[in-house]
Amino acid sequence: MKLRHGAFSYLPELTDAEIAAQVRYALLNDWPLSIEYTDDPHPRNIYWEMWGLPLFDLDEPDGVMAEINACRATFPGHYIRVLAYDARLGRQTTALHFLVQRPADEPGFLLTRAEGQDRQQTYAVHSYSTSRAADRYGTEHR
Amino acid sequence: MAPDDQAPRPSSGFRIQRPGAAAQSTTVGEATPEAAEEVFLDDDAQLDLSTDDARIHVEETLARLDVELVGLANVKRRVREIAALLLVDRARRQFGLASSRPTLHMSFTGGPGTGKTTVALRMAQMLHAMGYIRSPKVHTVTRDDLVGQFIGHTAPKTKAAIAKAAGGVLFIDEAYYLFRPENERDYGQEVIEILLQEMESERASMVVIFAGYPDRMDTFFSANPGLSSRVPHHIAFEEYTHDELVQISELMVAGENFRFDERGREAFSAYLDLRMRQPRFSNARSVRNAIERCRLRQAKRLVELQRPLTKDDLITINEQDVHGSSLFQHSKDAGIDSRAQSRTNSDATT
Repeated sequence: MKLRHGAFSYLPELTDAEIAAQVRYALLNDWPLSIEYTDDPHPRNIYWEMWGLPLFDLDEPDGVMAEINACRATFPGHYIRVLAYDARLGRQTTALHFLVQRPADEPGFLLTRAEGQDRQQTYAVHSYSTSRAADRYGTEHR
Repeated sequence: MAPDDQAPRPSSGFRIQRPGAAAQSTTVGEATPEAAEEVFLDDDAQLDLSTDDARIHVEETLARLDVELVGLANVKRRVREIAALLLVDRARRQFGLASSRPTLHMSFTGGPGTGKTTVALRMAQMLHAMGYIRSPKVHTVTRDDLVGQFIGHTAPKTKAAIAKAAGGVLFIDEAYYLFRPENERDYGQEVIEILLQEMESERASMVVIFAGYPDRMDTFFSANPGLSSRVPHHIAFEEYTHDELVQISELMVAGENFRFDERGREAFSAYLDLRMRQPRFSNARSVRNAIERCRLRQAKRLVELQRPLTKDDLITINEQDVHGSSLFQHSKDAGIDSRAQSRTNSDATT
């Protein structure tokens, strides 16, 4: 199941040149960028792991691209996204974020039903990728 | 999964790079469409270099270099050579003649105040005009900006500096401080290794300029043969002669909307003569400082005049302002250099 997450997710996947162009757009707007990765793309998992610190004081996208590539090399099977933060007073929020890597195999989600109080039925979403402990923690944890 | 997900798209280049799936991403339509888009000139076509629009920008930059900087003939010649190299390289590419991107990392060696930073700024503008770098900016760093305080601090710091300079010029001032032979655990060596790595990579559109005083730069490069071999352009900045310094002082004074009167000019020339013999003479920087002090003394003199001032008063630096320098007092009192003293006296009395 292809994860639709962040901006441009309904477009064909961005090339590195296109990613660099988007990063440049963010830098031109004075939005510092940061890189985050996760193996659990659950919709409620909003805070992904940070890859290093946010990248401040850049003028050109090269530095961001270098960090993106370093993150890809370290986590080849993870989702990686780039966030641009708008620090202006009154906004102070993520202005743009988009995926720059998705795993080759995206297992998707499981919808489960659970019985609550008074036989009320509730739904839960479970991401399959979190159930593969060997993938997450290595074979010794199997 | 979307049906078109895995199908190779014809013209939009490669997919998101994914080390695990390198095989499928390097299919057809990577480099080929880009190469096909460019139209090369015929083998018997002729190319007029003077019509190249980049050349006009370059000529402007070079002309400014000529006007703003006095002397430095060999530096200017070298800058022109580099400009010509890039111009020819562009022309070759229009004929489809493949060649590797010329390496333009440089080292500027010269005494203090010989214009290394100024030339670096102009160099960045020229390289930008030729399309070699993406922006005409110079990011100046020293040892403090690159070397960390503890283990593991150096690499991120250096990489941050490189990221900041990306697409422009990284100007490493007093680069010899990076290498401290007396301390083998110094983190400077790590900086040099990271820089080397970055300078090697083809895609990085960054030019690294190492700058410093000649003797210490020589030991720096001889201790790092790997670095020396990756820096093809060594440009030596010569010390200015007395005449050139006088010319520089005229330019500086004019730039600040001042001027020397006739005797003031002679006095300043005599001052430079004395100052050049002093230790820690730093060429144009010393001239600038001397002019600043002349302005101070001129201001004091004008305030003490106790009469309405004219525009002429405000822009003129006279003999008195120059002779207020402690250098003249010292040479008179102590008579350190009798030759200089006699010369000063004769200059002052004419």
